[in-house]
Amino acid sequence: MCGATAGGLSLDGVDVAKEAVVQGQVVRDGEPVPNAYVRLLDRSGEFTAEVPTSATGHFRFFAGDGEWTLRTLAPRADTVDQKVKAAVGSVAEVTIAI
Amino acid sequence: MRKGSTMSRDTTLVSAQWVEDHLDDPKVVLVEVDEDTAAYDKGHIKGAIKLDWTTDLQDQVRRDFVSKSQFEALLSSRGVANDDTVVLYGGNNNWFAAYAYWYFKLYGHQDVKLLDGGRKKWELDSRELTDELPQREPTTYTAGEQDTSIRAFRDEVVQAIGVKNLVDVRSPDEYAGRLMAPAHLPQEQAQRAGHIPTAANVPWSKAANDDGTFKSDEELKQLYSEAGVDWSKDTIAYCRIGERSSHTWFVFHELLDQPNVKNYDGSWTEYGSLVGVPVVLGDERGEADA
Repeated sequence: MCGATAGGLSLDGVDVAKEAVVQGQVVRDGEPVPNAYVRLLDRSGEFTAEVPTSATGHFRFFAGDGEWTLRTLAPRADTVDQKVKAAVGSVAEVTIAI
Repeated sequence: MRKGSTMSRDTTLVSAQWVEDHLDDPKVVLVEVDEDTAAYDKGHIKGAIKLDWTTDLQDQVRRDFVSKSQFEALLSSRGVANDDTVVLYGGNNNWFAAYAYWYFKLYGHQDVKLLDGGRKKWELDSRELTDELPQREPTTYTAGEQDTSIRAFRDEVVQAIGVKNLVDVRSPDEYAGRLMAPAHLPQEQAQRAGHIPTAANVPWSKAANDDGTFKSDEELKQLYSEAGVDWSKDTIAYCRIGERSSHTWFVFHELLDQPNVKNYDGSWTEYGSLVGVPVVLGDERGEADA
């Protein structure tokens, strides 16, 4: 569970032991989507934060222990919701296909 | 006028299409303000300048806003004139853009608007971004004295308990005291968790649709009415550091045309550190004499 999987976003400079990292990539037909928006919703569905994806379609959140929902919006795509579990000291890697 | 819209909405919000139609209008100044202060550098709407809420809009020594003269120097150097139409936009449902909007109003700028939906709506529409930096000639900007009719300070917040509408726009977990600060964001914290007695809890993001645009006036009225807001009373909105509550201030004051609405920028990081003030824990609003 610890450490980024192959192709994942580099964790250089991130103190993984102290963070509940949720990160990943938004893809469309296997290709990265650089202009998507990923939103972090708490267990009650409440908005916590939102980030645009990077040039390589990547995103990262520093969440907390528990279950979260990632809501992804992108041009010419339906909204995609994906659940993820986060825990301090680990990195949850998520690929979101739109 | 669009069906169901009010004059307020038409004067304080502009659509992405309106912005696209005014990209080359020299009297329209686009200003990007983001929580992620690096977002602008990745790409922004053509001609937009950037304001950094952490360095440009906050005094770097005291906990306060920049002074009138500092604000004048800032806008003068960025090439904003008093008679320019300032259109603010940003990410996160215009969270920090709404904060900047309130800030421009605080210092008396006349013509300020928000791009409805902000940067996200613009991108979801597949509209163009650029990394070209705009060149604007410096101006001589004159700010007004702070308009404290829209800014609440701690003593009036304490006096408002049980008297005015207090609207706590943080997440339910922060309101109840289960969480000191939302995940992912800088963790500025108060000494104590909880909320101000009698405050209603309506998370700020409930005022926006998924694409970042504001909900309709009817939906907004219903949202706050159901949370117990009394429209005949004055209102003070607060959150943790005063930025999410600017978004709600915008809804009450600029969209719903409520006359006496203040943003408490000290918010929970100040209130929750005061000695001797009442605090409520849990999901209930609590009583005025708590």
